[in-house]
Amino acid sequence: MATGTAVAPRPAQRLSRVLQPTVVVYLALVLLLVAGSILVGVRGGVLLDQGGILNILTRSTALGLVAIGQTMVILTGKLDLSVAYLIGLCSLIGAETMAGDPGMIVPAVLLTLACAAGVGLVNGLVITKLKVNAFIATLGTALIIRGYLESAYSGPAGEVPRAFQHLGYARIGPIPVSALLMVALAALAWWYLMRTKGGYHVYAVGGDEEVARFSGIRTDRTIIKVHVLCAVAAGLAGLFLASRLGSGAPWVGVDAGYDLESIAAVVLGGTLLAGGRGGVAGTIGGVLILATLDTIFDDLGVTPFFKDVVRGAVLIVAVALYARRRGALR
Amino acid sequence: MVVTGLTDEAPVVRMRGIGKQFLGNAVLRDVDLDLHPGEVHALVGENGAGKSTLMKILAGVHRPDSGSVELGGSEATFGSPREAQAAGISIVHQEFNLLGDRTVAENVYLGREPVRRGQVDRRRMEADTAELLDGLGERGISPRTPVRRLAVAQRQVVEIVKALSTDARVLAMDEPTAALADHEVELLYGLVKRLRQRGIAILYVSHRLREVFDLSQRITVLKDGEPVTSTATAELTPDQLVRHMVGRPLDALFPDRAAESETGAVRLAVRGGGNARLAGIDLELRAGEIVGLAGLQGAGRSAVARAICGVDPFATGTLELEGRPVTIGSPRSAIRHGIAFVTEDRKGEGLALRQSVRDNALLVRRAAFGRARGLGALDLAALLRSVTLVARGPGQEVRYLSGGNQQKVVLAKWLAVEPRVLVVDEPTRGIDVGAKKAVYDLLRGLARGGVAILMISSELPELIGMSDRVLVMHEGRLAGELPAGPSEEAVMTLATGHTTVEAA
Repeated sequence: MATGTAVAPRPAQRLSRVLQPTVVVYLALVLLLVAGSILVGVRGGVLLDQGGILNILTRSTALGLVAIGQTMVILTGKLDLSVAYLIGLCSLIGAETMAGDPGMIVPAVLLTLACAAGVGLVNGLVITKLKVNAFIATLGTALIIRGYLESAYSGPAGEVPRAFQHLGYARIGPIPVSALLMVALAALAWWYLMRTKGGYHVYAVGGDEEVARFSGIRTDRTIIKVHVLCAVAAGLAGLFLASRLGSGAPWVGVDAGYDLESIAAVVLGGTLLAGGRGGVAGTIGGVLILATLDTIFDDLGVTPFFKDVVRGAVLIVAVALYARRRGALR
Repeated sequence: MVVTGLTDEAPVVRMRGIGKQFLGNAVLRDVDLDLHPGEVHALVGENGAGKSTLMKILAGVHRPDSGSVELGGSEATFGSPREAQAAGISIVHQEFNLLGDRTVAENVYLGREPVRRGQVDRRRMEADTAELLDGLGERGISPRTPVRRLAVAQRQVVEIVKALSTDARVLAMDEPTAALADHEVELLYGLVKRLRQRGIAILYVSHRLREVFDLSQRITVLKDGEPVTSTATAELTPDQLVRHMVGRPLDALFPDRAAESETGAVRLAVRGGGNARLAGIDLELRAGEIVGLAGLQGAGRSAVARAICGVDPFATGTLELEGRPVTIGSPRSAIRHGIAFVTEDRKGEGLALRQSVRDNALLVRRAAFGRARGLGALDLAALLRSVTLVARGPGQEVRYLSGGNQQKVVLAKWLAVEPRVLVVDEPTRGIDVGAKKAVYDLLRGLARGGVAILMISSELPELIGMSDRVLVMHEGRLAGELPAGPSEEAVMTLATGHTTVEAA
């Protein structure tokens, strides 16, 4: 590391600032869109026609919602593995409470989000007060929810009123309204993380929990808060999926692998798995990359197995690239 | 530098009769300490003399068992560091309490961010930080730079600014130069001077005598938790200070040293060894001798041990075993070459606490030597007898043994591979006198059997009593070599780099 006292950015530093993961992610997204357009074009198709854009954005919405929450949890250096089952549970709570009645939409949404917040609160309390590692704590929660879902449901249940289905399908031009809502939530999360005291403390806890504690930050409270927020985000994803499907579905979150997928999106977006560095902007980029990859592969008719190979490779390469530019303090 | 006269002003901090025990061991006994505004009060003493504890009592980390702390003339007991901070006492820790990914301003105001209309008032935070930095003459640091990009000395400045941002009247600095390079120390000197001009009282804990004499107006020496003296710096010479710090009777615990005739050929030689923490290390270990390695904490003693034993190998220089150059790049290769390493951290690095005495004793032998490389049959019972282990049986879990017996298991583990070179780092830390004597006898017995031993210890009497020669380290280099039975003063003089005081 530099021992001089100069702090003016040297060329190498300026370069590394340009190569911020957030910037890299969006550059990669653009490259991917270009490459994808060419590949699909060669086959006589168009990647970014109305249908293609719609496809990418729709895919991005549910994953984006979960990943926003997951970003906050990962920024504190924790993980939430319970989101996938929680999404299924929330879609069921929402759809069953609505039971086709438009008048029940608001109470159902509130109830669903409250239940989700409750699950997040339990996660947070188990991690901070019982000192259970986040990985295990949220895995335990996931198993508990799975057990409940398996015993109580054998398939889709509940019914979403037509008005609520609009949420999933309404669009302005090629842009789905739900995607706009997701982006709005991302903006809100960005503001929270970058501008508020609570957000500062999220970064501090993830950077070094001891340093944060010695500086007077109530680290437990911060950790509980991000788990509640993450669970609420998963609840929103569950509601969105219910509106798309027209009913609640117990395995909708698990089948799409939203637990690991959301972690992949966050990490792809440049957030450090150990916490303390990264943010929502990168995560949304990561989500868009994953959704674009899926859409391109669908257009090309690639087998799902090859798809997973490429996604896995992309993830590893991205994290390896970020790891190379990590600075040294501790 | 001109030493100003002592202030007659009332002290801002008055500590009287401070006593503190940990698990029945008295760490501090009847210590008095006054801190005056605008004065640097140095606290010195050997490792374990109680300096850190006293500092932590001042900063509210520990509560004293007896005695009183007065702040600004009224009784003050702090339940937590936050309370002490609110009262104007801040501590600059030896280890940095900073977040590398956050900016300077964000670190300075961590946990106390100013808020305006629901948002963190970044502009104010950065302006206030810039003002604090300006006040210290540190215009080179931007409040918006991530701490990760700063040099170590600049991080130290940020740490100090963080302490000052709470309007501290009293600043306690624990080894503030430990992480600094020589040219960076100058920066700290200037900073301390400006803090004094502002009327801040500074408690300065340091091992480095030069700094103590350059910076302080008053010195308090602690020894084994008791105050030896508290004097104006101007009335003390470095020699007198060193004598205050050491000077306790030598025990008769130690076995006789090796006779000339018992010392054999050079077993291990390092020439020009260096790595990130060490430079220019030249040393020789002969068969049958115990060489002591002295130095203050952080001087690089353990780094030498870790380099020889392949944990953090030498990056430069050569290492010879019985005259043949060898490359030791890992602990495994060191073990295969007959080098054994009893580490400082017995529980963390030395033992698998939940495994049996037998499994621990055979660990290295099983791991590093297969049957094909067989060392001959091992008589475990005889091995355990030879280290005078007291345990219920070879099946007992190591965690249930006393510290002394645990250490004997560690030694047994290494003796099981019949080492030719034995490196021991703090071999008697935390064990009782009887076990110490057993360890001393065992080490001397091994030397008699032809093993070359390098011994590190922070306890000077032990090191002096055991060693046939003493090498002294100072800041990553060997500062000198002393023959058998040197005085503690001689060792401390080399270890503190005291010669540089006279040179200055």
